Parts: sequence; structure tokens; C-alpha cells
Amino acid sequence: MSFKDKLLSSYIALEDYLEFDSPLHDVRSNAIKIFEEKGFPTKKEEDWKYTSLNSLLKPDYSVFSNKEKHVELQDVRKYFLHEIDTYKLVFVDGVYSSFLSETTHDTLDVCLMSAAMNKSKYKPVIEAYFNKVAKSDSLTALNTAFTKEGAYIHIPAHKEVEKPIEIINFSTGNEAAMFLQPRNLIVVGENAHVQIIERHQSLSSNAVLTNSVTEIFAEKRAYVDYYKIQNDVETASLIDNTYISQERDTVCRVHTFSFGGNLVRNNLNYYQNGEHCDSTLKGITILKGKQHVDHNTLVHHKSPNCESHQDYKGLYGESSIGVFNGKILVDKDAQKIDAYQQNDNILIDDKATINAKPQLEIFADDVKCSHGCTIGQFDEDALFYLRSRGIGIKEARALLMYAFANTVLESVKIPELKVRINKLIANKIGVSLGFEH
Amino acid sequence: MLKIKDLYAGLEGKDILQGINLEVKAGEVHAIMGPNGSGKSTLASVIAGKEEFDVTRGYITFENQDISELDPEERAHKGIFLSFQYPVEIPGVSVTNFIKTAINETRKSKKLDNMPAAEMLKMIKEKADMLEIDRKFLSRSLNEGFSGGEKKRNEIFQLAMLEPKLAILDETDSGLDIDALKVVANGVNKLRSEDNAIVVITHYQRLLDHIVPDFVHVLMNGKIVKSGTKELAYELEEKGYDWIKEELV
Repeated sequence: MSFKDKLLSSYIALEDYLEFDSPLHDVRSNAIKIFEEKGFPTKKEEDWKYTSLNSLLKPDYSVFSNKEKHVELQDVRKYFLHEIDTYKLVFVDGVYSSFLSETTHDTLDVCLMSAAMNKSKYKPVIEAYFNKVAKSDSLTALNTAFTKEGAYIHIPAHKEVEKPIEIINFSTGNEAAMFLQPRNLIVVGENAHVQIIERHQSLSSNAVLTNSVTEIFAEKRAYVDYYKIQNDVETASLIDNTYISQERDTVCRVHTFSFGGNLVRNNLNYYQNGEHCDSTLKGITILKGKQHVDHNTLVHHKSPNCESHQDYKGLYGESSIGVFNGKILVDKDAQKIDAYQQNDNILIDDKATINAKPQLEIFADDVKCSHGCTIGQFDEDALFYLRSRGIGIKEARALLMYAFANTVLESVKIPELKVRINKLIANKIGVSLGFEH
Repeated sequence: MLKIKDLYAGLEGKDILQGINLEVKAGEVHAIMGPNGSGKSTLASVIAGKEEFDVTRGYITFENQDISELDPEERAHKGIFLSFQYPVEIPGVSVTNFIKTAINETRKSKKLDNMPAAEMLKMIKEKADMLEIDRKFLSRSLNEGFSGGEKKRNEIFQLAMLEPKLAILDETDSGLDIDALKVVANGVNKLRSEDNAIVVITHYQRLLDHIVPDFVHVLMNGKIVKSGTKELAYELEEKGYDWIKEELV
């Protein structure tokens, strides 16, 4: 039985547990129809030209976890940014772990998708927002059909959340191969501020495939600062689908740090629905071995007087493969927008590959759009400069790689996270630079 | 200290340096002057070990050891320092982190441990004060957005931190106003001793008022065509280079 067939029959099994009269039931059954019709994307599709899911679909994945496994805090502590100074929503093999989570609060809803979908208190929010910005491509639809668990975060208007919220998905290797589909819904009310850190982490070397969907709604004047840490083991793969809907005067920033995993595909989509939106998308990718990371971004400028800033940097070693496909779409009415996209790549080894494709579709006539893409090796003059100061060639290269990646960190607003990522970068580059970070 | 014998070197099969002979002894200051394109910067780069230049004939010794085959970092470890005419901008690495790395890498080559942090900080403060460098400047990215003068001052700061035996200053005066020039020259002079040597490469005599040379050499078409004392520099300032050309004919 193919994985697709397995999923379709699993859906039938899931339906037995669902409430048929719930409005969500229609959403689910429409979604599974889309998936049934389209199936998994193949390289024939323009958006998937450089990334094949074939090898990922071979293992016999468990779609639902059958056994529960307890995870000790001491084993996973290192994956948390902070033990006390963050809220935490922790999922183990797709199931919420109240033991590892930390959600104490009075004025905001940091809870579970499963709870939100079943309690009448949350019904209006679910009905107003759930699946409203997500696209109906087959992978998103697959996630929608199976929506069961994930983070539900609702920040009320004018609330400034004082601590970052961590969303962490652990997989324990309980099953020989696990398929996970977390579903997050984040609604940030008018003039509310929130910082979120998302991480997927496998704790074993068993195969894991995660197909995650996150919908983020920023109401007017909201501020959303989102960080994705992708530093998983080499048997774990991730398809991340993130959709951001911005109302007027909002700022939404997403930083993606892709340092690990087998295959990672990031579908990051922004929709600017009101004037004076600011969208920032930044990423650092550092790969080696046969790792493959594909950044597929969309910024849809639907309104005038908005800005978008994209800056992705990649360092590719050994036979790793990087893809950057950045699309900027400017509607006819979206005048006076300023869209900027920059993608810089360094190929460290001869066998490494980068496929870069900027796409600009502009239908307005009074806009500022700029994009740049560089693919290079090391700057020989810079290397000579460092070496002439006594820095050996290996360290000089490392210092240049570190410097190259480090410039993206300037916009990280959580100091502790910045230090953490900085260390990860130095560690990935693999040379002690003889100075504190 | 430094001996250059019959040196031919260049790019892609074309020799820019055409038989350089030069000896610099400890305690001496040499100035190399010459018109644009005469090979001054090439000479500096070749001594520092820039790999894109091929040495086709002759050799360079430093403290009686042939260094022609050494990597740039090995030459630096031996005590050769080049102050760049055009220092490279490296965003993402602060001046402080850069200099710490350079010092500790040099110590590592001598099998020494890293310099203790307190000692390093004290030294940084001392040298920055001597060159009238603002502390904020040190946390900025290396050379990124620096003015011409700031870049040169930063080169001399590195020189002061690394305390080399042989310092080659390539057009250190360009981009400096007269006050900055005095500060920089003063910094260089403080490093002068019996044990080290300085080679100043410049177009103009101006810098030589402040860093007074023992010898002045004129480089033309890849050759040292005339050598003399500091008076030669004044003569060049006054009369230009044409009279030397005529003298050669």
C-alpha cells in the first residue's frame, strides 16, 4: 500500500472519532478530497522542481502514535531556550505533554488545538480563523484533514506578552517511522505583541517526517516576532507550511535557522491585507553531508504603502543542496510598496549545490522592488587580509563563514536566542575561533 | 632582518617586479617612493605572501631564512606585518574579536596558550588610547563603513597590538588628514626600537616628516633605480620623478 493510500484509509478511521455536525467536519472532508486528488507533489510541479519527496515517502510511517512514551526533563532541557523565562507548549510524538509544558498565565490563551476545537468558548475564534489563510495545496490540505493537535495561541488586544512562547515538538522514536502533522493557530489581537520560537526535535535515529501547518493572524498594529530553529537529526525531515495574514500597521518577522535535518522544506507565505504592513523574512542555512533545505517564500503585496524585507544566507558544504525560491507578488492596487529580497550563498565544497530562483510579478506601476542573488566562493582578498594577520587558512575560512552568517543575527530580538544561535553557528562551522561569542 | 635579492615577481606570466635588491636591518626605517604603477604595492604584497603573485626569480629572506615558500600566516607568525592600502571590509566580525583571534592564532603557532582575557583587554585599551581610538569603534564590524582615515588608524591599531618585527606600511598616509596623520605617525614611532624595522611605502614626502626614514628608495618600472637618505624624499617632492628618468637615460 502506498503512503498516500495508507493516509486515505487512516482518515476513514479518524472520521469515526470526529463529530459529524461540527463545521470543521466539512473543512476536513474537503481537505482530504484535495489531497486524494492531487497526492504528494512531484518534481513535475514548478514549485517542487528541485526537491523530491520520493525517498521520504518510502518508510512505513505510523500515522497515529500507539504508545505513549514519557520523556524526562533532563533529557530535553537543552532544547529549551530557558526553563523559567518562557512559556512552553511541548508535544511528544504529537501528543501534548503537560509535564514538560509551562503555560501558566491569566490573560492570554496559550493552549491546545484539541482543546480549542472542542470547547464552545473558543468556537468563534476557530470559526473565524481556522484554515482561513492556509492555501489548499495538497500538503496543507493533508494537514487540515488530520488536524488534531498543535499550539493554539490567542493574544488579546493590547496585550504585550512578557515572555517568549516556545513551541517544541519532540519525537521519541517510539515507532519505527513516525509521521507527524502539528497544526498551529496563532491569533494576535489589535496592538498585541508576541515572540514565538518553534522547534522540531527527534530524540532517536528512527525516521520522522513532519508536515506542519501554522496559521498566523496579525490584527491591526500587532507585532509578531517568530523564530524557527531547524537543527534536527539526520533521520528527521520537515515540511513547514506557514501562512501569515497581516492587517494594517502590523509587523511580522520570521527568522528561520536551518542547520540540520535530512530534508527541510519551508513554505513561508505572507499576505498583506492592509496598508503600512512590514514583513521581514530572514534565514541562515548551514548544511553538510547530504542535507537538503528548500526555502520557498511568497510575499503577496495586496495593499499600498507596505514593505517587505527578505535576507537569506546559505553556506553549503560537502554534497548538500540548497534551494531558494522567493516570489514577490505585487497587486495592481499595491502602489508605493517597497519590496527587497537578497539571497547570498557560499558553496564551500565542489559537490555542494544551490538552486536560486527569484520571482517578481509586479502589476502596480509605482513601486520599489529590488532583488539580488549571489553565489560565490570565498573572497580571496579577505582571506589574504586575515591570513596576513596570522590567522591560519582554516580559521580564516571559518571566520569568514561565521561573519557571513552572523550579519543575519543582528535583527534577532531575543538576546538569549541570539547567543544560542551564535554558538550553534560557530559549532556548525566546526572551528573554535578563540573568542567568546 | 629582511633581504631581497634579484626578485622578479608578477601576475599571469608578466613580471611587475624586475630585479629588486633591498636589505633592511633591525632598527632601520626605509621609505619606498615611486610613481603610480611602479610596483610598490606589489612588492609589499609579495613580501607578505599574497599567493596570486608568482615569484619567478630571486628570493626573500627574513632573519636569514628563505620565506619565499611560506604561507602568509607563517610570515605573520615570524613577525612580518603589512598595513594594507585598502583594508578589506568584513561585516559580522568586530574589530575586537578579529584582533583577539589574530593574537591567539599567532600565540598558538608558538605553542603558547591564549592571552588571558584581562591582559588582552588592558592591551586593547592601552593601544586604543595611544591612537585616540574610541572604544565604541572597537565593537564595530571590521572596516565596514569606516572612513578612509578610520581604516588606516585601524591598521595601525592592529600593528600596535601584534607588535611585529617588520612593519610594511602601504600608503598609510592616504585618506588621513594632518591631525590623524600625526596621531598615526606618533603611534608608529612608539613602536620603533633597535629590534624592529619599518618599510614605509608612499607617494608623498608628507608622512616622512613624521616617520623619519634612514633610507629612501625610488622604485620605477619594478626596479629600485635610486637610493639615498631622507634628503632624496625632499628632492622628489620638489622636482617629481622625471629628473630621475632623465638621469637613467
